[in-house]
Amino acid sequence: MTNPSDPVRRRSTYDMLGLLRAAFMPLRHTFAASLSVLGNGAQSAFARHLDGGYDPYTGNRQAGEGIRIRNLSVRYGERYAIEDLTGEFAPASLTAVVGPNGAGKSSLLRALAGVVRPAAGEVICAARARHRLAFLPQQDELDRGFPITVAELVALGDWRNFGAVREPPQQLAERVFEALAVVGLPSVADRQISELSVGQFQRALFARLLLLDADVILLDEPFASLDESTSADLLLFLRRWQQEGRTVIAVLHDLDCVRQYFPSTILLARSLIAWGDTSLALSVDNLARAQKALVSPQHGSMGRVA
Amino acid sequence: MIGQLASLLLGPFETFGFMRIALVACLALALANGPIGILLLMRRESVDGNVLSHAVMPGAALGFLYAGYSLAVLTLGGLLTGLGVAGLAAATVRSNSQRQDSSLIAFYLVSLSVGVMIVATRGSQADLMHVLFGTVLAVDVKSLVLIAGISSLTILVVAALYRPLAVESFDPAFLRAVGGGGGVFRGIFVTLVVLNLVASFQAFGTLLALGPMLLPAVAARCWTNKVWPMIALATLIGMVASFAGLLISYYANLPSGPGIVMGAGVIYGISLLSAGPMRRGHNKLGVPG
Repeated sequence: MTNPSDPVRRRSTYDMLGLLRAAFMPLRHTFAASLSVLGNGAQSAFARHLDGGYDPYTGNRQAGEGIRIRNLSVRYGERYAIEDLTGEFAPASLTAVVGPNGAGKSSLLRALAGVVRPAAGEVICAARARHRLAFLPQQDELDRGFPITVAELVALGDWRNFGAVREPPQQLAERVFEALAVVGLPSVADRQISELSVGQFQRALFARLLLLDADVILLDEPFASLDESTSADLLLFLRRWQQEGRTVIAVLHDLDCVRQYFPSTILLARSLIAWGDTSLALSVDNLARAQKALVSPQHGSMGRVA
Repeated sequence: MIGQLASLLLGPFETFGFMRIALVACLALALANGPIGILLLMRRESVDGNVLSHAVMPGAALGFLYAGYSLAVLTLGGLLTGLGVAGLAAATVRSNSQRQDSSLIAFYLVSLSVGVMIVATRGSQADLMHVLFGTVLAVDVKSLVLIAGISSLTILVVAALYRPLAVESFDPAFLRAVGGGGGVFRGIFVTLVVLNLVASFQAFGTLLALGPMLLPAVAARCWTNKVWPMIALATLIGMVASFAGLLISYYANLPSGPGIVMGAGVIYGISLLSAGPMRRGHNKLGVPG
């Protein structure tokens, strides 16, 4: 009688289940509707307040956006890194930021990116407000021992399309692979970033920039401690980005490279020395003034203001 | 033979209710401490964890002073001072060009001494020991519910927000640039850490609360450099250490909180020795100590 394979008993069990299901069906439909309303509400509230980066529909890039700076000062504690800087980055320009150590080059980039708040003055950058600004800090600011794979690192570039909690789109893996191939790293997607060389890591970060598709791209010493062929490869991306109508600003040390590839230059020494056409800005006279400006006695120039 | 072994391993938990509660509490703590400990390591913020574990103390001590062993007041007090010090420390670091660690250590020393002084004004030596080292075996059902609640909440939040939490610790400037709202997630993470330290505070006291969070994590990091395996392993190590520590403290008549932390320490030592090559590979890139 208790034999489970008894056909009568089995059928009655199925009937019971069917009955239950039939009873719950209308209930489930009612709840599913209200649950999905609730879920969508929660998701859009989350997107509004916590997940501002999720923004998949603003696909088209608006070419031709510059950055205006008015009376910008940046200060760390008592020490000024930048004093009273005014000027404008033209739309789709390629600008090098040059100056002696402690001139405030990195601070300028951080202020443009919104990482530090200006002590005075303002940065007007529409791309930043729309989250279409990319900032690549100096490599040593990133933890190279962080346990993620190269593919995961590059995939972050597509943050706009998945944000904090959503499932990444299906073509993402393909796009990541393509971007890695473009920067010359076709076979490292599954490795941990700790296994990459400095040059390979920088290439991977450039692949992330490719996915980011930003209107304004800020790079802090992108070629520092890279070998020559890597620098040459990556330099091509800067020019390509400019030709695509993006505004590109890079902190650089190598003046020859600046003269050869960068149409315009800012020469900084805490305050502005020169800003404009590279050949004019990097005159011998200006460079000498930049050197002298930082050893003036009222500013101790001991500490590195990066 | 097997029966003997089973009674040796399980007997104390069968016989004594307080051992059972202590075991369940430690297992629940280990579940939440796995992911939180790994995230702390990934953020290279073990020093922050240390500061926060002591920052819980003044509030808890004040609660103890005015409400005795009232769980709610102790918890709330610990939570408030913990979050308060976290906020203060963040503000100090931002406005001050000093190295972060040194200002944080100042906070930890001050919190600890304020806490000890508060307890000493009214409490006995035993009270002080309780606040400093905790008493796993004195965890009652109410505390157990609190611990289990905090663990469950922690696991849910980490599961839902793992991506922004991880990205915020790896590259906060990037997250801000893409509009991912970095500061919010930092705040959520610090709150989780303080919550778990408050939960651990009951069992391990202010001096040891970081132990079950950090030791399994550093031990797990010796074995793998992939995140999810690392978290799973840290949780497992935390559980094994809890079980072993409780048993050893039972049979050898030793204090159980330190026993559990010691257990995790031994596992860390073994991991260091046997996973040597892997660790050397990591160390080049700076494993936070």
